[in-house]
Amino acid sequence: MPIINDTLFFDEKAHGEALERALMMSPQEVVMEIRESGLRGRGGAGFPTGTKWMLALSAKADKKFVVCNADEGEPGTFKDRVLLSEYTKLVLEGMVIGGYAIQAQKGFIYLRGEYAYLLEHLNTFLERMRKENRLGDNILGTSFSFDIEIRLGSGAYVCGEETALIESLEGHRGEARNRPPFPVNTGYLGYPTIVNNVETFACAYIVMSKGAQWFAKYGTEKSKGMKLISVSGDCKKPGVYEVPFGITVKELLELVQADRTKAVQIGGASGICIPMSEINRNISFEDIPTGGSVIIFNEDRSMLKVLRNFMEFFVEESCGQCTPCRVGNKKLLEGVEMLEKGECSHRYLNELIELGKTMQIASKCGLGQSSPNPFISIVTNFKDEIMSNSIRGNNGR
Amino acid sequence: MADKIVEGRAPVSQKPHTVESKENGDIGGLIEIEINGRPYSVPFGITILEACKRNNIHIPTLCYHEDLCLAGACRVCVVEIEGIRTLQAACAYPITGKIKVWTTSERVRKARRHILDLLLSEHYGECYSCVRNNNCELQTLAKEYGVDFYRFGHIKEKRYEVDRSSYAIVRDMDKCVLCKRCVRTCIDLQEVGVLEATRRGYATLISTFMDKPMLDVICINCGQCINRCPTGALRAKDPSDDIWRAIDDPTKHVVIQTAPSIRAAIGEEFGLPPGNSMTGQMVTALRMIGFDRVFDTNFAADLTIMEEGTELLLRLKRKLLFGDETVKLPQFTSCSPGWIKFIEHFYPEYLEYLSTCKSPQQMFGAVIKTFYAQEMGLDPSNIITVAVMPCTAKKFECNRPEMNSSGFKDIDYGLTTRELAQMIKEAGIYLPELPKSHFDEPFGDASGAGLIFGATGGVMEAALRTVYEIVTGRPVPFENLAITPCRGMDGVRQASVVLNDVKDEWKFLEGIELKFMIAHGTANAKKVMEALIRGELEGYHFVEIMACPGGCIGGGGQPIPTSPEIRKKRAEAIYKEDAELPIRKSHENPHIKYIYEKFLVDGPCGHISHKLLHTHYTKRGKYIV
Ligand SMILES: Cc1cc2nc3c(=O)[nH]c(=O)nc-3n(C[C@H](O)[C@H](O)[C@H](O)COP(=O)(O)O)c2cc1C
Ligand code: SF4
Ligand code: SF4
Ligand code: SF4
Ligand code: SF4
Ligand code: FES
Repeated sequence: MPIINDTLFFDEKAHGEALERALMMSPQEVVMEIRESGLRGRGGAGFPTGTKWMLALSAKADKKFVVCNADEGEPGTFKDRVLLSEYTKLVLEGMVIGGYAIQAQKGFIYLRGEYAYLLEHLNTFLERMRKENRLGDNILGTSFSFDIEIRLGSGAYVCGEETALIESLEGHRGEARNRPPFPVNTGYLGYPTIVNNVETFACAYIVMSKGAQWFAKYGTEKSKGMKLISVSGDCKKPGVYEVPFGITVKELLELVQADRTKAVQIGGASGICIPMSEINRNISFEDIPTGGSVIIFNEDRSMLKVLRNFMEFFVEESCGQCTPCRVGNKKLLEGVEMLEKGECSHRYLNELIELGKTMQIASKCGLGQSSPNPFISIVTNFKDEIMSNSIRGNNGR
Repeated sequence: MADKIVEGRAPVSQKPHTVESKENGDIGGLIEIEINGRPYSVPFGITILEACKRNNIHIPTLCYHEDLCLAGACRVCVVEIEGIRTLQAACAYPITGKIKVWTTSERVRKARRHILDLLLSEHYGECYSCVRNNNCELQTLAKEYGVDFYRFGHIKEKRYEVDRSSYAIVRDMDKCVLCKRCVRTCIDLQEVGVLEATRRGYATLISTFMDKPMLDVICINCGQCINRCPTGALRAKDPSDDIWRAIDDPTKHVVIQTAPSIRAAIGEEFGLPPGNSMTGQMVTALRMIGFDRVFDTNFAADLTIMEEGTELLLRLKRKLLFGDETVKLPQFTSCSPGWIKFIEHFYPEYLEYLSTCKSPQQMFGAVIKTFYAQEMGLDPSNIITVAVMPCTAKKFECNRPEMNSSGFKDIDYGLTTRELAQMIKEAGIYLPELPKSHFDEPFGDASGAGLIFGATGGVMEAALRTVYEIVTGRPVPFENLAITPCRGMDGVRQASVVLNDVKDEWKFLEGIELKFMIAHGTANAKKVMEALIRGELEGYHFVEIMACPGGCIGGGGQPIPTSPEIRKKRAEAIYKEDAELPIRKSHENPHIKYIYEKFLVDGPCGHISHKLLHTHYTKRGKYIV
């Protein structure tokens, strides 16, 4: 499945010799170029990639690692799969560029368990790169050596979180670590490690091939470049789209031919759900950030059911180590069940919203910090629908 | 924090932080921070929690424990740092910049209260029927935060069956707050790894391999997990009801022995600070409770030294004098039943290195049901032997089928310090205010050597005091008999003494450097065993191993809480009492001389002692079928 609309960035044929160019520069220069491009991580959090690489480059250690986060576990996201299968070169050579930039010797692709069918394709590609001397010892005749190994994930959503991913790579239970120290300083086996999304590496390739200036021409002030969005749900043309940052939700809905839309969930299960009154907001790190998932709900959908699905997901997918996330999500789910039965008072609903806010600031990792997002946004934005079932007043807990 | 464990299997990020020297200052340098609007100067790299502790600012904790690697899991300790959106766990956040911290802001208080409310909503248990009532960190937190209702509801039914299968450890997962202190204890301090978080998300549960009952896993019964559990989820199996029944039964002659480390710790159960010895008061209390005889395990420790020291000398003789290469050296001590089970599971091929001596508790039991019964004209079947031990593993040990050489169970019940304190309280006695009294005859006095068994290195020190003197005829060449290399809290210690001008019968030992090694905590025991396997213990003669960090003073049956500081205080109390005793060497204890004259007439390691005081071991392996 290719990208549906016309592509500007993700067109392999349109790209030149990014790796060659990078290897002719110094690692510092590569990092500077990435910095100038304004590239921010495509995995969701949007951390400036150049800064991350800079920190890893300046960390002193005899080993360093590059990890490509191909766990793609966010419900409604499937753009990394497209990149890995159709634009393999961009991703893999982007990793080599990253390895060169931070002076690492080894890279891992942490591949979502369900994508095991891509293994053969990826391994063949890696083999070809080794033959062409684009991977392995003394890449393209330089003194830089770097190799890539693929590791299969175990199917836990939390393993997409970078520190849980590293735990998993090390053979431990997938649980988020304390931060600081950050992976750029203390990552895989304690060595400096950069973890980046599949699309981030592909973008790094684009930056190196077309130049930072060209890259930064697209997007908004704080969100540079184009973004891949996986669109699913109630629309005529679901699929992966390349859009510039700053695109409004309305424009996107038109692009995918959605009608009778009631709500749009942006950013996957951990994103926020907006009503039609807010579709003029735009997709960018300034307004509504996303790792790439947009799910559309039309007027036939029950928002409580939608919410219940999300909350069930988190109750199961929390790693279970910290209290706010392990128990908090369960309480939010119980709240949804009470709403369904009409047993949730306004007072208790407000209590749960406050709990959600605590989870957002007190949870150990991004999962628990973002899992209350759909709860808070749906019960706030669709309050009338949600409470229509409920008794008024203060009974119930 | 000399014995803080830094190695082990914990993930890198949960180990003490390595901080690089940055522009802010060097490691060891000071850094200016602000806490609650006031300036402080703290060492670069320490955690916020540590910084607050040093400046008397209280931060609540639950998953944090001084002995363990960081978890940062409960989130009870969250604080606000200016400029950071999310709250940070004070226990896990290293200070490497000039941060401004708020420990009681509105956001912080609300979050902590929510977290507590969440924990309580899932906590099934009633404080008044819980061993940890009044000594429970969850309860304390609830009180501290003035919890007076269940904001998010409260679980109504028990979800998990209480696991009472083990002789020593009872698990009640309904009271578990998932802090994983037990998991970290079992893996990092003890290298056993019985407990692990299983399943995921809300279903997360601390469990054993394949959810097997505790009896069927490789638990060594050390009880260290109990000592570090903040709640009543883990506890020891309490035999006190049976003991009361025996006391109340006029046909039973109930004899109690108290291990060396009890006296140094039991005061804590009555609110005294650690490090107060309560020997005389404890004896009085036991008499008041109604025990027919109160004996000191230190006597049996002296007996152990005679047997174990002789065994060592015999091994040396067979090897060095007769060239018997089948003799295994170094000889490993065998008085810690947690260690015994550890080696049986993990190093079953190396059991021959163990001394065959029973632990002092079991030796004493065998002596009571034979020699003592004889002397007193009692029918051993009417004697009930109770042992107060710092140790939960002793509960398992006394139930080992081989521990009945007199024809009766050597020890009927193993009681912990905590359980004894409970019995004393139940009898309406306030221990610290009692008059002192003396242990009963015929085993009334013990030596200081027997007493120091309670601390790591104590067995070694006691053995050296005797062995050296047997061989050379002179006391060990250390001032005031304090063999300082044996003392301290380093995980693995080693030292040696040279045997010069030995007596004629020990000529083959002339000039030999007697090398010994001491380890405590089975994670350290593992290091020693791996060194043995690699051949690095060649030339060593004697190794002391205690399963519990700190030795018996840090045993799994001792008062809760425990910390490096508390263990140090308890050890100091023991060494202080030793220094003040008139008899400091096992072989000089007149009661020991008496028993070898009257009863164990063929001497240490003779036939009678072999039958009663020595034992054999079981190759268990890592998998229980
Ligand atoms: C629960 C959770 C799941 C995540 N899953 C993914 C994922 O599947 N893929 C991904 O690239 N990043 C994921 N992330 C984000 C990563 O933690 C990390 O921020 C990202 O890989 C960094 O790469 P980037 O800077 O290139 O975005 C997840 C984060 C959280 C909290
Ligand atoms: S927030 Fe959730 S997923 Fe993250 S560490 Fe806590 S329990 Fe685990
Ligand atoms: S574990 Fe603590 S809070 Fe729970 S019942 Fe026992 S004393 Fe009460
Ligand atoms: S008693 Fe010791 S071995 Fe058994 S589970 Fe507890 S810590 Fe582990
Ligand atoms: S059993 Fe105790 S120590 Fe272990 S996780 Fe539960 S509460 Fe914590
Ligand atoms: S005590 Fe700090 S997170 Fe538990």
